[in-house]
Amino acid sequence: MTLAIFAPLLIAILIPFLSKWKHRIHTGWLILPVPLAIFIYFLQYVGADFQTATSTLSWVPSMDITFSFYLDGLSLLFALLISGIGTLVVLYSIYYLNHKERLGHFYTYLYIFMSSMLGVVLSDNVYALYTFWEFTSLSSFLLIGYWHFKERSRYGALKSMMITVFGGLSMLAGLIILTVVTETTSIQGMIEQSDVIVESAAFPFILVFLILGAFTKSAQFPFHIWLPDAMEAPTPVSAYLHSATMVKAGIYLIARFSPIFEGVPSFFIIVSIFGITTLAWASYMAVRQTDLKAILAFSTISQLGMIMAMLGFGTSAAIFAAVFHILNHATFKGSLFMIAGIIDHETGSRDIRKLGGLMTLMPISATLAIFGTFSMAGVPLPFLNGFYSKEMFFGATLELGGYTGSFVETLIIAIPWVAVIGSIFTFVYSMYLFFGTFRGKFDESAVPQKPHEAPLMMLLPPAILVLGVIIIGIFPNIFNYSLLTHSAAAIYGESVSKEIYFWHGFGWPLYMSMIVLGVGTLLFLTKKYWEKIYIVLPGKLSFNRVYDWMMKRLETSSEKITSFYMTGSLRHYMIMILVSIFAITGYYLWISDGVNFNFNDVAPITATEVIVAVIMAIAAIGTTMAKNRIAAILILGIVGYGLAILFVLYSAPDLALTQLIVETVTVVLFLLCFYHLPNLTKSEDTLTTKGTNLFVALGYGLLMMFIGISAYNTTFNEPISKFFIENTYKLGGGDNAVNVILVDFRGIDTLFEVAVLFSAALAIYAMIKLRKNKEAK
Amino acid sequence: MEIVMSVLASILFATGVYNLLQKQLLRIVIGTALISHGAHLFILTMGKLKRGAPPVLVDRVSDYADPLPQALILTSIVISFGVTSFLLVLSYRAYTINQTDNMEEMRGSNDE
Repeated sequence: MTLAIFAPLLIAILIPFLSKWKHRIHTGWLILPVPLAIFIYFLQYVGADFQTATSTLSWVPSMDITFSFYLDGLSLLFALLISGIGTLVVLYSIYYLNHKERLGHFYTYLYIFMSSMLGVVLSDNVYALYTFWEFTSLSSFLLIGYWHFKERSRYGALKSMMITVFGGLSMLAGLIILTVVTETTSIQGMIEQSDVIVESAAFPFILVFLILGAFTKSAQFPFHIWLPDAMEAPTPVSAYLHSATMVKAGIYLIARFSPIFEGVPSFFIIVSIFGITTLAWASYMAVRQTDLKAILAFSTISQLGMIMAMLGFGTSAAIFAAVFHILNHATFKGSLFMIAGIIDHETGSRDIRKLGGLMTLMPISATLAIFGTFSMAGVPLPFLNGFYSKEMFFGATLELGGYTGSFVETLIIAIPWVAVIGSIFTFVYSMYLFFGTFRGKFDESAVPQKPHEAPLMMLLPPAILVLGVIIIGIFPNIFNYSLLTHSAAAIYGESVSKEIYFWHGFGWPLYMSMIVLGVGTLLFLTKKYWEKIYIVLPGKLSFNRVYDWMMKRLETSSEKITSFYMTGSLRHYMIMILVSIFAITGYYLWISDGVNFNFNDVAPITATEVIVAVIMAIAAIGTTMAKNRIAAILILGIVGYGLAILFVLYSAPDLALTQLIVETVTVVLFLLCFYHLPNLTKSEDTLTTKGTNLFVALGYGLLMMFIGISAYNTTFNEPISKFFIENTYKLGGGDNAVNVILVDFRGIDTLFEVAVLFSAALAIYAMIKLRKNKEAK
Repeated sequence: MEIVMSVLASILFATGVYNLLQKQLLRIVIGTALISHGAHLFILTMGKLKRGAPPVLVDRVSDYADPLPQALILTSIVISFGVTSFLLVLSYRAYTINQTDNMEEMRGSNDE
């Protein structure tokens, strides 16, 4: 099983070589056997006596992260869909894309996607699941942007990336919380502990984060906006990713975790409301579209909403219907996308307003499309699978109950009505899709190419899918006990057995179907009279606008924020740094009660020192006021020499010597520079600027004063200077304790201090001597 | 006395910061020099002042000033001298290339 999952990934490594090496043969042929083999491999598990299978590959055992795969009915259904439709899509793409395209890229992305999608549905470890999940987002991004020279492709790819990765990260958060709560990384282990999860305090977060992940991936309201823009991808990609597989990953996630959430009212409320809203809104919006693929995109959103709602209902009938509809939707939607691609390929246009009357020109496509669209609409004919699942859906909406509370009870009453309204619009757009394309008058001037029937091999994949529609339609129980009951059991927790009948007596589900059929036909025939409603209802109210506005605001406001504090002015940065120091240090000084004023252990004050100190203080203040540069430099000298005198007074002869020399050299340096620098210009600052500067400087000085006095008065440990005094001669062999420390006890400091001086000298030399461009002087 | 010295060090810090906030390059260099003076004085003060003879071993003296802060300051003086001279030459070069010593005019490109 592990090999089956990673096989497409391994092949994907070889694809670039294959596409270069065998240039004559279309790369698709060479790699077609891979998904077919996987499909056959998974087919062997199908059967009435289905047993779950596991397989483990170690990855990060110390963190309990493994590639552990678990195959049950649900995974099997998805694995079969992924590999089966994958095979058909590869076959279809061989005829859809010609040699001029970058085939190596296309198939590499597609096979990465196939591998990761198989990984998503088979992983039992939540972190492996997340890894594969993000790989599907990434490969989908690459596939949507396949024609990267088109602006719309890039926009669509980015949008889908932003939304699905947002959801993916939120799902990761949910999975992490789940791991912490249950102390296991295995999904089956979590399901066993569902009581612990439901009762834990973090349960609302788990629920919301996981649902957010599932809703963004499965294009649920209001995150559905990325899917119509993802239609910029090549049609095989739309057929594969955006109808049959990736968009069902969110469905899979909800189905996989629903044994945990079973019977939780909030889960029922959230998933049902959003599912049913998605169903109604997207089918309403689909009628308005004019692009074939856009209609199909909204239709996909709507059908996904229907499946999602049924998973939310959580009754055994609803879950069985959901599983059944996953299968049915994959068959008819895949075929419809392929036919839309064929029409695009043969006429050069996907605009339904320009198309029409293709029935005589493309009879086979038209026949295939009939089955697809009518099945999608849920027309009650015994050879269309869509009808069965729609009927079961209506049945499920009527059987809701078991939750108390006035809100939930109102919701339960409202759901069947919304379901009927959604289905009516589903019927309308399905009919519009078929009759708008194939009936009416053909206008040759409207489309770029003269259409003719597609090559038979191109028609084969949709034909196989339509065959699936018909087979399920005629023998609805064919997959029942071998596959569907196992899948439903995996979601529901206990065995679900259900016969599917075409005719199950008179009852509300049938009446609802009749209402859909009647009102739908009426609305379709009068479409041009009520079309104006779209100017009113979605009107300017579009989630795309919200998304665009948000992205734009994100850019402009982050730019605003950045340019607010990144002014480029040294003064501003200094003020920010100093104010932060003042605020943080001052705050901690305040709350830790650190201000400590007592004057126990201070040296006596003598007149000499005070006089020196006062002179230094005046000189320091003088530097800020000096109008003349030479005055400023000389006053700075006074401060330095004053410091040297203080060193003398405080028994530091070496310091005094060094300070004197350094100060002299510095002053000389200043004077050297002074010759080349302009005179100090008169400050043209406003009073506010000066005030701010003064305020910041005083605040900082005051802070340092508090720290100094408080630190001085707080003794933690005895100083270690005794050691140095005692051992200066004994260990160092010298009399001067300071010098022995510098070169003996702490010689490394001195070594690098020499290095600093040396590099400063080198840098100065380089700065003066090396000139890249010959500037003036 | 340590209190007085703390106040003096804070005055050096405050004036140094005030100079740093000015526009002229030379004032900024003066500001850094003042701040290093303040820091040196600070280190010395924190090591307690006036506690005996200079730390050079002489017979019959038992009280010595703490030699460790002095060693630290000595290292620091040399380093700040290196930095100050580098800054000076840097400002000299900046002035000759840009023909201005006004920091407000010396902003980088808009794309940084």
